[in-house]
Amino acid sequence: MAKRFWIATLIGAACWAAPPPKPAGYVTPRTADGQPDIQGVWNNATITPLERPAELAGKAVLTPAEAAVYEKRAADLNNRDRRGTDGASDVAGAYNQAWFDRGTKVVPTLRTSLLVDPPDGRIPYSAEGQKRLAAAAEYARLHPADGPEDLALADRCVLWYTAGPPMLPGPYNSNYQIFQAPGYVAILVEMIHDVRIIPLDRRPHLPGSVRQWLGDSRGHWEGNTLVVETTNFTGKSRFRGATENMRLIERFTRTDANILTYDFTVEDPPTFSKPWSASIPMTKSAGPIYEYACHEGNYAVPGILGGARAQEAATK
Amino acid sequence: MIAAAAVAGVLSLAALPAAAQATISRGPRTADGKPNLNGIWQVLTEANWDLQGHSAAAGPMIPLGAIGAMPPGQGVVEGEEIPYKPEALATKKANFADRLKLDPEVKCYLPGVPRATYMPFPFQIVQTPKFILISYEYANAARTIYMEDPGPSPVDSWMGQSVGHWEGDTLVVDATGFNDQSWFDRAGDYHTDALHVVERYTLHGPDMLMYEATIEDKNVFTRPWKISMPIYRRQEKNVQLMEFKCVEFVEELMYGQYRKKTAKQ
Repeated sequence: MAKRFWIATLIGAACWAAPPPKPAGYVTPRTADGQPDIQGVWNNATITPLERPAELAGKAVLTPAEAAVYEKRAADLNNRDRRGTDGASDVAGAYNQAWFDRGTKVVPTLRTSLLVDPPDGRIPYSAEGQKRLAAAAEYARLHPADGPEDLALADRCVLWYTAGPPMLPGPYNSNYQIFQAPGYVAILVEMIHDVRIIPLDRRPHLPGSVRQWLGDSRGHWEGNTLVVETTNFTGKSRFRGATENMRLIERFTRTDANILTYDFTVEDPPTFSKPWSASIPMTKSAGPIYEYACHEGNYAVPGILGGARAQEAATK
Repeated sequence: MIAAAAVAGVLSLAALPAAAQATISRGPRTADGKPNLNGIWQVLTEANWDLQGHSAAAGPMIPLGAIGAMPPGQGVVEGEEIPYKPEALATKKANFADRLKLDPEVKCYLPGVPRATYMPFPFQIVQTPKFILISYEYANAARTIYMEDPGPSPVDSWMGQSVGHWEGDTLVVDATGFNDQSWFDRAGDYHTDALHVVERYTLHGPDMLMYEATIEDKNVFTRPWKISMPIYRRQEKNVQLMEFKCVEFVEELMYGQYRKKTAKQ
């Protein structure tokens, strides 16, 4: 098992070490202190899913005609009338398309999943990882809303499940502003107003006793690519079911004036049978980043918990 | 390049009058010649308990004992008194009396401006020519100072909209577009959405920033008033902002009443 994991790691490492394609003639601009300049507001919204949908099994890339059909179908699905058939489903579907900003296009590579490795486009859960996910789902079924800790981290405004790290397209607010100063890259995350400040001086990670929702990031430049390693996650962050020992490698490369290619690799041997990697193009946006004061306007948590208590009282 | 800049600095220093020399000695510079404010900073003041001078006092939570007591402070308000309108002073006093319920800090809400500056937590400045990001450890609060004016704030917010410019070696930040939700301290000092704050950040040597904020709100105060305090550079080896995501620490306080009762309860 361990041997298989390390062979996979080596293969994985070889995959993400390959530089992303760069248009001929594009010269990455530099900051005043000589870093490749990746500053600006970037948006990663796309309708391409992280994992390849089951109906596209075996198909890694769409043809342009298929992509057009896929985009039209997504637009139609997202625009449909979401009225539910009973009270609960009607409330759950209350957000129509006006509230979302999921993007309208597939990624320019026309890949059917953002996940590029393993080649089947699916997260390679280990047996233990699957067992843990199933147990968590069963617990959630039995205890959907006993207390705030049973609710989704996003509903609690603690952590948005796509805002990262790693950064995945979300239903809205998929905006990130990057700032660079000597020795640091900072990422301002619009969703729930998080900031990641990444030191570039090769300092050691925080001690293992220190755990953070967003982990602890360290970066360095490899040519024009910013490579960021993040560790020290909490056991409660649970990105895709991972443990607190998850190790994340992110790679940011400006491959065009308006494209920041974002690749990441996730390693967590207890949860995944091998490391897995995804590639997401981020598109330059005019901005600005708005303040998302999520917790300050949170009616969801008291509403969900209060509703659950009212329901229990009514069925007694 | 650094050495060349240092030599140039020494040479020009010798050629400049004393006043200009004092300016140069204020601290490091960025590549575009501005005072370099990059770094991790924190105040050493009791302003977050009460901007005005105050004696030590017991806190509102008896079980916390001395841990919860209010440390004394000499005050950071120019002229000592905040110039409240009479009816607004009554609101401030009512705020203080009910502070456990009303102080937004108790609920981990965004701190607003200028309170973010003198919360007892560090903040980091990431300075670029067009934008200056200030990332505050408390509640992952952040604000972007636009060095090119984007026009009036499109929407009110907790942290407001900040537009900066340099006046000599001072970063002047004009902050507007606030909602009426944040407070200035734990003493109930407050504002409305008419708040307008002008901040001045001036390096005094490499490791100290002088901070001034002029506060204006025609609904609450009879005239603009000013606070000032030094801010110090955090100098520990490998110092970094840590995560203080306090939302989960206030969930029991805010939502505990909705928790499912177990058989024992």
